[in-house]
Formats: sequence, C-alpha cells, structure tokens
Amino acid sequence: MADRLAPYAALLASRVRSQATYGRSFALDVLGSAGVGIFEFAEVYIIFANVDALGGLDFAGVAMVFALANLAFALADLTVGHLDQLPTYLRAGTLDAFLLRPLPVLAQLVTSDISLRRLGRAMVALVILGVVLPLNDIDWTGARIALLVIAPLAGAAIFAALFVLAGAVQFWLVEGGDFTAAFTYGGSYAASFPASVFAMPMRVLFTFVVPATFVAYLPTLVLLDLPGPVGLPQWLGWTTPVAAAGIWSLAALGWNAGLRHYTGAGS
Amino acid sequence: MFASGFRRWATYRGAMAAGAFTNTVFGLIRAYITVGAIGAAGGTLAGYDAKAGITYAFLAQALIAPVNIFTWNELALRVRTGDVAIDLARPVDPQLAYLASDLGRAAYSLVPRGAPPLFAGAVVFGLSMPAAVLPYLLGAASLLLAVMVSFACRWLANLAAFWLLDVRGVMMLYVLASGLLSGHLLPVHWFPDWLAAIARATPFPSIMQTPIDVVTGRAAGVDALALIGVQVGWLVVTLIAGRLVFAAGTRKLVVQGG
Amino acid sequence: MIISVKDLRREFVIRAPTGRIWRNRTTVHAVDGLSFDIAPGSSVGYIGANGAGKSTTIKMLTGILVPTSGTVRTCGLHPVKQRKALARRIGVVFGQRSQLWWDLPLRQSYRTLAAIHRLPAAERTARQGELVERLDLADFLDTPVRQLSLGQRIRGEIAAALLHSPELLILDEPTIGLDVLSKERLRVFLAEQRASHGTTLLLTTHDMDDVQRLCDRILVVDHGRLAYDGTLPGLVTRVGVDRVLTLDLNKPSPPLTGIPFTRLVDVEPDGLRQRLAFSPQETTAAAVLAEVGGRTDVRDLTIEEPDIEDVVRRLYLASPAPPR
Repeated sequence: MADRLAPYAALLASRVRSQATYGRSFALDVLGSAGVGIFEFAEVYIIFANVDALGGLDFAGVAMVFALANLAFALADLTVGHLDQLPTYLRAGTLDAFLLRPLPVLAQLVTSDISLRRLGRAMVALVILGVVLPLNDIDWTGARIALLVIAPLAGAAIFAALFVLAGAVQFWLVEGGDFTAAFTYGGSYAASFPASVFAMPMRVLFTFVVPATFVAYLPTLVLLDLPGPVGLPQWLGWTTPVAAAGIWSLAALGWNAGLRHYTGAGS
Repeated sequence: MFASGFRRWATYRGAMAAGAFTNTVFGLIRAYITVGAIGAAGGTLAGYDAKAGITYAFLAQALIAPVNIFTWNELALRVRTGDVAIDLARPVDPQLAYLASDLGRAAYSLVPRGAPPLFAGAVVFGLSMPAAVLPYLLGAASLLLAVMVSFACRWLANLAAFWLLDVRGVMMLYVLASGLLSGHLLPVHWFPDWLAAIARATPFPSIMQTPIDVVTGRAAGVDALALIGVQVGWLVVTLIAGRLVFAAGTRKLVVQGG
Repeated sequence: MIISVKDLRREFVIRAPTGRIWRNRTTVHAVDGLSFDIAPGSSVGYIGANGAGKSTTIKMLTGILVPTSGTVRTCGLHPVKQRKALARRIGVVFGQRSQLWWDLPLRQSYRTLAAIHRLPAAERTARQGELVERLDLADFLDTPVRQLSLGQRIRGEIAAALLHSPELLILDEPTIGLDVLSKERLRVFLAEQRASHGTTLLLTTHDMDDVQRLCDRILVVDHGRLAYDGTLPGLVTRVGVDRVLTLDLNKPSPPLTGIPFTRLVDVEPDGLRQRLAFSPQETTAAAVLAEVGGRTDVRDLTIEEPDIEDVVRRLYLASPAPPR
C-alpha cells in the first residue's frame, strides 16, 4: 500500500517543497487566506450586532455553522481547489503528460498542487469553532463527539467532489469556470448559514442537489439537539458521510465522462 | 479607448453569461440571509424591510461587474514587466486612458451582468424600486461616479507595484476591504458604529452603498445630492492622489531603470 | 510487432465561424486509413509536412487520443484501455512541450519519476548515472528546468523518458530548434541506446539529417495517408531528390555551367557565390567539388539537404494520390 502511494507522496512533496522555498511570500499568503476567513465572518458578526437570532439559531449556533462550513471548505480548497482551473492544465498540455504516466489522471491532477496557504482560513475556522463550542449548550455524548470530528472531514469530501465536478464540466465548457463557481463557492456560502432562512426550493437545491447543508447546518442541528425546518429533519445530520459518498459517485462519473470526451472517445 | 475597452470585453460572451449566473445564485442566497436577519429583527432593520433588503441584495450583485469591486491588477502587471513604459510613451495621459477603457468595460458589462440577477430577484421575490423617474436619473449619475471612484481606488492600489515586488498582499487586502466596507456584503447602515465610522473614512461606500441608496430612493432629493457630492469629493481626492503617486512611481522607475 | 496499426482513422469536426452568426461544420480527416507494422528494435522515421497527421498518429499510439476507427496496438496493448500498463513500457518525448516539472531541478524530477514507475533505488541510481553520463547532464542536474536552455531541456526530457528503460521510445520533433552540434550529439546518443538496449525508436521530424543518421526505415505521411514506406535511399531513388551545394569562391568567376550531373540553380551577380544542385544517385558532393576545383578556387561551401516539404511534394508529383 505504501508502495502504491509513494508516487503521490513524491508528487506532493515536490509541491510542498517548492512552496516552502518562497518563505516570506508564503507567510503573507497564509495571512491573506486567514484575512479572507475573518472578513467572511464579519458578515455573521455584523448581522448579530443587529439581531439575536438568525434562522432559529443564536450567535453561537450560527458561528458554529459558519466555522464548520469554512473549515470543510478550506480543507477541500487546500487539496483540490486547483481542479476548477482545468483549462489552464489543458492549455499547457499537462493532461497529455498525465496520460503518458502509469497513474490515474485524476489522482495526478489532485496531487499536482496543494495550496498550503489555505491553512490560514482553516486556522481561523478552527479558532472560531474553539471559541463558540463551549458557548453552545451541547449535551456531549460519544456519538456527538464523533460527529464533530467526522462532519468537517465529510464536508471537505463533499466540497472536494464539487471541485472535481467543476473541473469535469470544463472539459466541455472551457470558459465555464465562472459558472462552476456558483456551485463550489456558492455552495460554500450557502453552507455557512442556517438553511432555515432559505425558502423550500432553495433548501432542496442546496441539500439534495448540491449537498451544502449536510456540511455544517444539519450536523449543527444534531449537536444542538434542535428540530430542523420543514423538509430537513434533524437525523439527516448523521448522514453527512452518505451525502459525501453520493456526490463523489456523481463526481467520479462526471470526471470519467469528461476524460473520455477529452481523448475523443465521445466524438 | 472607451470603444476598445468595450470591444475587448465583448469577446467574453461566455464568461459574461457564466458570471451573471453565479451573481444570481449568490444574490438568491444573500437575499434569504438578509430576509432572515430582517425577520429576526422584527420586520425592519435600519430602515430596511424585507423587500428593501432583498432589493439591496440583488442590486449589490448586479453592480459587481460594472463597478468591478474585485481584482484588477493589469497596471501592476505592466509595471512589473516594464510594459508601463509603453503607456508613458503614448500621447494620452495614462490614468485617463485607463479610466476611459474601464468605463467602456463597465458600460459593456452593465446589462449582461446586471440584468439577470435583478430579473431573478424580481421574479422570485419582487423588488421594491421607486416609481418616480428622478431616483433613476440620480442613480445613473451616482453609478457613473461609483465606477470612476472604484477605478481611482484600484489605480492607487496597483501603484504599489512601483515599490513592492509582490503586490498580491496589497491586492488581497484591497479586495477584502472594498468588499466589506463598500456595503457589498451587507449595508453599511447595518454596521456597528465603530465599523461604520471606519467605512465612512474610506471612499469605499461611494462605490456601492451610495449608488444603491440613490437608485432605490432611500436617499432622496437633497440627501441624494449630498451623497453624490461625497462621491465627487472622493473621486477628486483619489484621482489626484493617483496622479501624484503615479508620477512619483514613474520618476523612481526612470531613475532606477526599472 | 511492437507497433501495429491497421486502417487507422481519426476525424475532427471543426466549427469555423463564417461571419457573425453562422458556423460551418467541416470534418478534417487528420488520419485517413493508415496501416503499418513496426518490428521491435527498429528505428523508424515518421515524416510529413505540418498538419500531415504525425502528431495525431503519435497521440493514438500512446493512448492520448481515441481513433475514430481502425485498430492500433502498441507493445501488444490497447493504448486507451491499457493506458497505464503501456505507460510503463514506453517513453515519449515531445520536442515542443515539456513533461518535466517546471520549477524543479532535473534530479528531483527523476526521483519523482522513479517513484511513479516504482523503480527500485538501485536500478534508478544505475540508470540515472548512465543517462547523466551519456547525455552530459551533470552540470545542470540541480538547475530548475525553467532555467535550462532548449538543448539542455531536451536532453533532460530524453533521460526522463528513458529512466524506466522502455522498450519503445517515441520522439516528436526532438531536434527542433537545436543547433547543429546538439543535434549530432543527440543522434549519436539515440543510436547508442538502440544498439546497447535494443530500444525501438519512432521519430517524427522535419529534419532529413535526423532521418539519414538514425533511421533504417521511413514512413512518409501526407494528408493522413501513408505516401511511402521504405528506406531513405529508396525514397531518394523514387523521388529523385536533389542536394544543393553552395560554393563561396575566392574570386569572381563565370557561372559554373556544364559540370556533369549538376544543375546551376543560382549565381550571385559577381559570381562569388554559386549554387549547384545534384542528385546523390548520379554523383557525389566530392565529385562535384573536384570538378569545380578544377575550374576555380573554392573558399568555403555548404551542403543543403532537401527539406521534407520538397520531398513530399515531389513524391506526389511522381505518383499522385488517388482522388478522395
């Protein structure tokens, strides 16, 4: 197993090394990424400077939703965020180089870059989470603790799948980057707030089409032991990994179809 | 230069449609969040009822492209590569030339990027826009000024390239600050006092908050004219600052040989 | 057979805008019924004009592109279905596109490739050492690839392609843009590899010297079809291609007409530089030179080989293709 992972470790190691060589600039990038996280949180902060609740959750609750969503997104962005820039790789002929190597193309694309600077945003999310977790009145059981750990990881998997789909779409729509952003970045935005503020169609869209609410809001309902809004019962909060598996199978299908289209199998 | 700016962006049809789609999605999400907050506040927040809040959210999305609230680093890149020398050699003033080009770009993107979010907002929610003509006339003037103020600010930010090797930090800071303080994320009127004070000390609210306030009629008559006056003031200040800093930068470039 | 191609076809549908709204759909037959076999250990030159279908064929041989119809087997494998297995057994170098990591030194690239191909450390060290020595890479092994000159980069790419000791090496325009010395060194190296390791060589090129020095078989492709399959001397015979001798004379001379088996192509006004064309079947450069030397003093000379476009054009003049 270690033998099979060795090439990927080598590919990633070389990216990490090349990013670490730009020391000061890298530190600046991490800071910038953290800045993004802080400014996004400002939206939550400003709202709660005016009101006491949003979508049935108080500040601590909304902050937790925000933090879980941001953490998941930052982790995904870190590992596969570059996938929605597929046209860049197509133009450089990188995909052909991947096809000439004895490894799966998607795995090579994923390990071809890692944006360590996104750790800044992940850190901010972790700090916010650390601060508001005790502020929330959570009845900690073993299952809830496990959920707290699993939710951001499964959430990251969901966003990662969205990035893969965003890449796959661009095998067909080469200028589609701005379009897929509606689902990747839009999904992240939708996941950061309680889905109870959405009307039904939107709620359904961002739960069962783009599984954004599975990332943070539904697990939060479980952690806080609150009933969900119409259409989103609390128990769905336990099924984030299932949602992740679902969106990943779609992503895998989409990616394979895209690759087949690129190699001309479709035409 | 206006025409060439217009024409250059006319080739990005696909990107326009894609951008408009994303703006619309973000507008929808933001509208719901705004309504949620207003509802929690008991129906009005800082003078915005639900409809007004929704209208604000969609206008904030519709205006993203024309006022170009996000990245623009063309000038910084040209300074880095030395291409700025070409701009200096031309018989037109660089700042005004870029301004004209930017206005062309804004004009081109106004309808393709602006209409879809507004249309979606009107269909899904219904927007509350004034019935009279005057707010629209004043709004157009305010929008024109907003585009120019935005340009002047971005121009200034790009000038950091004369002194810094890597301007990414500056540009990142600019995008974050302008995104928040212009009222793009949430109305400045919702800010806690200390943050509102900071915002008003910058030209950023003139880029988005002001034109939206004027065109929706929230600031009417004399108030609207006052806000427009503030925009003019900021425009003058930022343009002049831009000219002075640019001159200093080119002097440095010429002396040091780039 | 290490490469087996039967009735291979590849079409592309191009949407060309004519005017503002309407778009014409045209079908381009990039590869139009190719058939050939290549035996292991041979060295084949694959030549043709730009757009003749060379790169498209290479892509289909290596699994980057799927044929529209026909069959292709490389190393006995289906290039698309068995892509990964095939990648372990072939090496590919694109002269105009790099497969190396741009910001890393060659040494790092080789280490990564060794991991990708699961080469045991001992094998990698030995093979890398051999390649570094033969291709003279030691001086810039630690320089990032983006700082290398074209010649250095190509050598690095070739070493990368040979690191895992593939049975088949495919080179797409490897000598393009290189100076004469580098080209020659590369050719010597490739011939050596073939001799010592039995590596099959498939080389696409515009340079007839490449073909002459390296290949014992030529495939000429034109408009997606095979126009000639044989040896270089055979091609020369078939087409009757001329070489051109450019002579710089010591003092102004009258035009050098009437030298046996030559054709005076060009004379500069003062007669100091003259160009003579001759067919290598009928005479040699040495013989022509001797004749010229008998009439006047030659200060300097260059020999031009016929270019591919010329060869192909003449090939079709000699035996026109059947109408489509």
